[in-house]
Amino acid sequence: MANSDRTTAASDWESRSGESRLRRVLEAGQFAVTAELEAPDSADPEDVFANAAKLGGVCDGINATDGSGANCHMSSVACCALMAQAGYEPVLQVSCRDRNRIAIQGDLLGAAALGVRNVLCLTGDDVSAGDQPEARRVFDFDALQLLRTAGIMRDQGVLLSGRKLTTPPAYFLGAAANPFVPPQDLRHLRLAKKIEAGAQFIQTQYCFDVPVFEAFMRRARDMGLHGKVHLLVGVGPLRSERAAEFMRSRVPGVHIPDAVVERLAKTPRKSKREEGIRICVEIIEQVKQIEGVHGVHIMAYRQEETVPEIVERAGLMREKPKE
Amino acid sequence: MTSFAESKRMPGSEWLKDRPRLLEAVYRGSEAGLRLLYPVLRRVLPAGWTERVFVWSEEVSKGYLFNCQMCGQCILHSTGMTCPMNCPKNLRNGPCGGVRQNGNCEVIPDMPCVWVQAWRRDAQMERYGGEIQLLQRPVNRSLQNSSAWLNLLEGVDAQGPPGWSAIELE
Repeated sequence: MANSDRTTAASDWESRSGESRLRRVLEAGQFAVTAELEAPDSADPEDVFANAAKLGGVCDGINATDGSGANCHMSSVACCALMAQAGYEPVLQVSCRDRNRIAIQGDLLGAAALGVRNVLCLTGDDVSAGDQPEARRVFDFDALQLLRTAGIMRDQGVLLSGRKLTTPPAYFLGAAANPFVPPQDLRHLRLAKKIEAGAQFIQTQYCFDVPVFEAFMRRARDMGLHGKVHLLVGVGPLRSERAAEFMRSRVPGVHIPDAVVERLAKTPRKSKREEGIRICVEIIEQVKQIEGVHGVHIMAYRQEETVPEIVERAGLMREKPKE
Repeated sequence: MTSFAESKRMPGSEWLKDRPRLLEAVYRGSEAGLRLLYPVLRRVLPAGWTERVFVWSEEVSKGYLFNCQMCGQCILHSTGMTCPMNCPKNLRNGPCGGVRQNGNCEVIPDMPCVWVQAWRRDAQMERYGGEIQLLQRPVNRSLQNSSAWLNLLEGVDAQGPPGWSAIELE
């Protein structure tokens, strides 16, 4: 690489090394919208740009999944680096399934160097959920240890070994919550522990059951958690009752009430897709009213093109902060 | 593939595991007993035998009761007297988001989620109840197959990784 290129890369980094834009939006008290990028099964950066372009105009952050559902796709670090390069605001998902602590800490440094400012720390779906179930599961860290380690790197400027970092990463740290699986009455305790471990924002699993979510938020508010973290509710459009059935039986941790599946089943085939979007918009409108909800995280798996419509119909359109 | 020994569930151990208050009393008693016994064993037994005795008795007792995986850094009393290393993802800080609607494990569909059980049992515990909310540091994998009791008595890994302990001490 020529020297001038290197200088450009360095000054690029300077300009990007500022604070997380997602954090700025949330701390300004605006209702944030993030969405999930479909990580391509491809070696072509254009595929990332094309998918990100569907979301970029209406989102404050775009999550790149880390082998979601234990299926291999382009790595989250690479997707995030490409998005950062193109001016988007990426959220790096890091799962504990595939890498040990040495690899993860290295990736956290590398991603920061490539302009990534947001990290979502996850346990990760088990290898048995994916199409290579014969793989070794790693789980050297759990999600909370990962979260705390990322915080140590940022705040103490050291690796877990105690070795000093010359430039620590400046991360906005997040974690997931799933209020919809057992033990539902204790899930707020895990949220409390994640906040304790350093979570600044939370993105939840798909919410299709608003009453369960409301009960979760009530318990979280009773502990005063709503003032300590920015919580984004996971939502997404269902394409049909078959898609819903598949998701709730095959994707770990997804709970869809029968009423939602039946509503889609009763809808004529032509308008199922529209009905799925309508359900999603209705859920956004409902959760938006709940105290302590600071945004939504839209996971429109294989129908990313519906995201702008959902944002628009839920009345969440606003001028996005300029690059 | 399933080396997870829930298949090896021992007769009677389930009954005992659902009595976490009894177990925490046994835990406290055995900790006190071991603290007395340790210096004696050290003096009486030939070099290396203390460890052998400890490892063997842990394998037998904790193996039977908790399906102990010999991680060498026992936190049973902080996890509702339920061994977290039985979780296929080795989670030490609570359940993942993959728990099934019937409360069973994402990975082993006919096994109850270790953490659902742990949380319920922790709530019943008198002395250590609530400790389940403590943040547990990353597992020291080099202690696998060593005696957690001995490691505790000898202060092995009392500090944890240097970067992590800097926070704990604050």
